[in-house]
Amino acid sequence: MLELRNISKRFGNILANDRVSITVRGGTIHAIVGENGAGKSTAMRIAYGFYTADDGDVVVDGKPHRFTTPHEAIALGIGMVHQHFMLVEPMTVAENIVLGAEPGSFAALDIAGAAGRIRALSQEFHLEIAPDAVIEDLSVGQQQRVELLKALYRNARILILDEPTAVLTPQEVGDFFRILRRMREQGKTVVIITHKLDEVLAISDEVTVMRDGRVVGRRETKETNTAELARLMVGREVLLRLEKSNAHPGAPVLQVENLSMTASDGTERLASVSFEVRAGEIVGVAGVEGNGQTELIEALAGLIESERLSGDVRFEGRNITKFTARQRKQIGIAHVPEDRHRRGLLLDSDLSENSILGVHFREPAVRPPAYVMLDEAGIRRRAQAIIRDFDVRPPNPDLAARALSGGNQQKLVIGREFELPPKLLLISQPTRGVDIGAIEFIHRKLIALRDSGCAVLLVSAELEEVTALADRLLVIYQGKIVGEVEPPRVTTDQIGLMMTGGRA
Amino acid sequence: MKYLRHLALPLIAVLAAFIAGGIVVLLIGDDPVYTYRLLIGSALSWPDGIGYTLFYATPLIFTGLAVAVGFRCGLFNIGAEGQLTIAALATAWIGFTFSNLSAWMLVPLACAAAILAGAVWAAIPGVLKARFGSHEVINTIMMNFIAAGVTSALTQSYFKDPGDLILQTHSIAAAAHIPRLGRFIPGMPERIPTNIAFLLAIAACVLVYVFLWKTRWGYEIRATGANPKAAEYGGISVRRQIMLAMVVSGGLAGLVAVNEVMGYRYRYYQGFSPQYGFTGIAVALLGRNHPAGVLVAAIFFGALTRGGLFVDIFTENVSKDLVLVLQALVILFVAAEALFRGARAS
Repeated sequence: MLELRNISKRFGNILANDRVSITVRGGTIHAIVGENGAGKSTAMRIAYGFYTADDGDVVVDGKPHRFTTPHEAIALGIGMVHQHFMLVEPMTVAENIVLGAEPGSFAALDIAGAAGRIRALSQEFHLEIAPDAVIEDLSVGQQQRVELLKALYRNARILILDEPTAVLTPQEVGDFFRILRRMREQGKTVVIITHKLDEVLAISDEVTVMRDGRVVGRRETKETNTAELARLMVGREVLLRLEKSNAHPGAPVLQVENLSMTASDGTERLASVSFEVRAGEIVGVAGVEGNGQTELIEALAGLIESERLSGDVRFEGRNITKFTARQRKQIGIAHVPEDRHRRGLLLDSDLSENSILGVHFREPAVRPPAYVMLDEAGIRRRAQAIIRDFDVRPPNPDLAARALSGGNQQKLVIGREFELPPKLLLISQPTRGVDIGAIEFIHRKLIALRDSGCAVLLVSAELEEVTALADRLLVIYQGKIVGEVEPPRVTTDQIGLMMTGGRA
Repeated sequence: MKYLRHLALPLIAVLAAFIAGGIVVLLIGDDPVYTYRLLIGSALSWPDGIGYTLFYATPLIFTGLAVAVGFRCGLFNIGAEGQLTIAALATAWIGFTFSNLSAWMLVPLACAAAILAGAVWAAIPGVLKARFGSHEVINTIMMNFIAAGVTSALTQSYFKDPGDLILQTHSIAAAAHIPRLGRFIPGMPERIPTNIAFLLAIAACVLVYVFLWKTRWGYEIRATGANPKAAEYGGISVRRQIMLAMVVSGGLAGLVAVNEVMGYRYRYYQGFSPQYGFTGIAVALLGRNHPAGVLVAAIFFGALTRGGLFVDIFTENVSKDLVLVLQALVILFVAAEALFRGARAS
């Protein structure tokens, strides 16, 4: 049905795909797994005509092609849903779907006719999307289904989905998988790119594993398991179960009382949030993205103007509600932001300069007594210490942060914050876009930090991750803490229900 | 290797501009080889060519640095022109008002006025940006118009010699004059206006380099320019950096007044600047917003200006506007750098 034959693709010095061959049989769900930078997205973008291969062919129905634009792939019935949706928010579903393939004559747009077809497709695949709904009113899960509709509307027979579950809640993932199975029943072929191994086992018929731009294994899904897939992905044995001793919480480090936050558009993002974090424990915050987690962490890190906040924040008993970000850093509050590109790094600056962001006003970044002149040797030593302790690769402090893989960038940010050293760590999405090997490393570091007596507040969209790491778990929904649970005593389904406003 | 690459692209841009410019000369009906030989020869002759090249380069070093400092903070200071205009009037005012002071007092005072006036003029759009988020490009352009109007009105109404038909102020006191380089360099006559301000410009390059790359203030400015959200996260007040960068930028632009008022005309003259502020943008661009690059680019542009005069006189058809064409082409090719890079990547 769809076959990549000896595809090679080079970006600058990086060989993103090295003689990649993948065969996807018609009417199956085929998973492509691999760490970040393994080349899975590149291979699929070549199949979709987004990139042109340097060498090798895309074979569709036995005929070899070398696409130069997606139009050629679409014409052959290939559709792709990207990780970041490409939807025009203020427009309706139907308008979005016809965009680029507007029906009707030269000037007049036949939206009504399109809407009828969209409704029929929606029913056929149980997508439950109304053509006249406006995109910005839809949930993330529904928007994803609009993207699916977009591909189906263009008569896609082969759907390529790039990390489709990254943005979904556990319930939505279940619904989404039902839709995929429905598509398979209707004769569609689905290629799903992911790095979540349990999902691979749950949904796919076959799986191709990639590492470092090469295909390193093909398996029938029913004949493999997570341990084997993880080993193929990483190239060595991986500890999937997190080894964690019981926490020994000490005195309260962070006490939050009735913290509320109003956004500039007048909506309340945090509603009277109260909780505490003790020394030597990890408190997790679980919730569907966009329910106030970002605001909570940013408020505690001092990144939200105090006029927008009410309530009290205490650190070791001291009221720090009005402290600036810099003051908070100085008393030992470290912060690993959820989006390292947007917040955490100066991408075009080298690792040395990145290693002092936030502590650039004190030793070893600047020389006493004036604390004005940068101490280049000191900065370099600090960068090298982080690179060594956190296994940042390649270990070159003169490299631009942009040149690092996601996992290594994250290790750099985490290393910088751990070097503070923190009494309280605010950490958001610690392993987003990070490969399995690095995830394992970061998790161990977090637990070691906890065991050394640091208080940790952890936010993650990966429910697996918060439940595995946290000693206590707060569930946040629409800016409110709707429950507190101890992870081993509840199932992820129960937590998932609370995350969407239901009671456990 | 890294430095080589930084050098390569501006050099390619200059080369490409000269080739394209040569075609223009050919189309106009002159000999490109003769024209370029004239251009380069007259810019590098001793002592006049080099003397004037450096004289024309001096204000461009200041404005190039001004624009570069802004760029490093993510700001586009198009207002260097207004800042240096205001600074020139302020410098002249000090020069003719406190005429009884000794040179040891008056020269530093006048220099301080140049820096301060430029800084204040830049601080206004700085505050508007930092407090209210209004865009510095719009506001610095507006401030250019205001500067032109204010200096013209003040000169006309208060500072002109009685009966003077030219829009210029009284002369500044002799104590406010700074010496020309010809006084110290054997073989260079003092009629060539290159003055100590050129040395000040080189010192400014060094200071800007140290400030941006060796102090934590520079780090904060560069972090803000690289990623304001990350800077904020790192405990850096983005508003304060915007203010600081604008003030430093304006102060640097203001230093043009030292060259023009204290070293050359010895008075404020309305319209003295042939768009130094705007050419500074080109200088910063070609110099990759680095002080060393700015120095070289400014001298290059200074040489073009000098050579252009000779091309104007000694060729049949080509006018000194060829220099503008060359400048524009250089900018075009520098800006097209992304295209070169993109072509290689894909």
